[in-house]
Amino acid sequence: MGNRISGIKCAPSGLLFGAVFAREPTAAFDELAMPLFDCLYNFAHWLAQNREEAEDLVQETYAKALKGFSSFQPGTNFRAWIFRILRNTFLTSRSGLAATKTVPLDDENEPQQMLAVMHETPESLLLAQADQQRVQAALEQVPVVYREVLLLCDVEEMSYQEIAETLSVPIGTVMSRLHRARKALRAALESKGQEVKHA
Amino acid sequence: MPDDLWQPKLDQYLDSELSADEMRGMDAHLRDCPACVSDALHRLQLKRAVRVAGQRYAPSAEFRQRIEQQIAAKSRSRRGWLWVPALVTVAVLLVAAVLAERWYEASRSQQLLAELADLHVADLASPTPVDVVSSDRHAVKPWFQGKLPFTFDLPELEATGYSLVGGRVTYLRHEPGAHLLYNIGAHHISVFIFRDRAEIDRLLPTRDSTRRVLSFHVESWAAGGLRYFAFSDASPEAIEGLCRLLQKAGG
Repeated sequence: MGNRISGIKCAPSGLLFGAVFAREPTAAFDELAMPLFDCLYNFAHWLAQNREEAEDLVQETYAKALKGFSSFQPGTNFRAWIFRILRNTFLTSRSGLAATKTVPLDDENEPQQMLAVMHETPESLLLAQADQQRVQAALEQVPVVYREVLLLCDVEEMSYQEIAETLSVPIGTVMSRLHRARKALRAALESKGQEVKHA
Repeated sequence: MPDDLWQPKLDQYLDSELSADEMRGMDAHLRDCPACVSDALHRLQLKRAVRVAGQRYAPSAEFRQRIEQQIAAKSRSRRGWLWVPALVTVAVLLVAAVLAERWYEASRSQQLLAELADLHVADLASPTPVDVVSSDRHAVKPWFQGKLPFTFDLPELEATGYSLVGGRVTYLRHEPGAHLLYNIGAHHISVFIFRDRAEIDRLLPTRDSTRRVLSFHVESWAAGGLRYFAFSDASPEAIEGLCRLLQKAGG
């Protein structure tokens, strides 16, 4: 796989963790976890779609991560580890259970049918209008199972490998879900575009 | 139309997930394929739009503070617990040190009493167990003058059942002392008298008490700056009786 061009946005990976971990574990946790606070909250809010629940998710994530920090393997990816805790916490929450119930199981083996993106695409129309709110509204419409993979890839700029670790799925599944997620986002944007046209 | 071979890989290309060879291949293809360039551009725009739109929610300062306090509280709590294993370790080491010291002292004490037992047995086995043979305490006591750096008194034994056999000079830890031999019935009782030194005191944690060493009964006490040991295979009561007599005489 090629090197990621833009690098990691929120915090360094856990590769340099060994030296930090050799000192006081809680201080090491603080150094690794707090720089991810904004990212984790943003991700939690996108999943829960609710401020109070997002705060509960993040709080529970930090409590679980701190409690289980001794089991964290130095040298492995801390970001993927703590995002996985947050996601699993969400999946076992009431809204998480509701979200997964409403999302149809995707066929991971279905061949990817790529849509040719033509010049007059819904996203180009909307992006030309710099309508960030409509992109956000479209993201909200995307099922959570696709929304999360889009956020991890495009917002958190995780590699496919990191996403696979976070979601505990194979890389092939990550690629398949990303394809479906982008397809679903385009569909949502197209729908928004039609609304704009008719408005 | 976009190329069927390269177009499906556009997302991976933009996500920087193609191998180095494929990245170079895609770069070369995009230089010759306007359709794929246009497609890639729109995909990139969408990717960037998601990145911008996705950074939508920010936690409040109060919430951040709450989490930081939560971690700090756990840290204090854990730091507190960190003392527990340290304290347990120190306690275990202290207990081990005390036990080792006691065991060492007990071992040395046993060694000291075993030495006296050896003297007792060796003397009895000797054809001349005593160097001064006399049942008269007024004859035995003066015999030790000039031989020992101390003096002692011996009891009158008339009508007590005990009889004095005699005495000799003996040594314990390079220190000269008196070894007196008494009889009671068919039993022999050795009485050792040495200067009461701190070295010997430390080796006798239960002072002035009857002990059992190598099946012998031993009684020890200190008086007048002297340390007395009585050794015998006689009954503890018989040994104790002689000890009382010696103590009454000033021992």
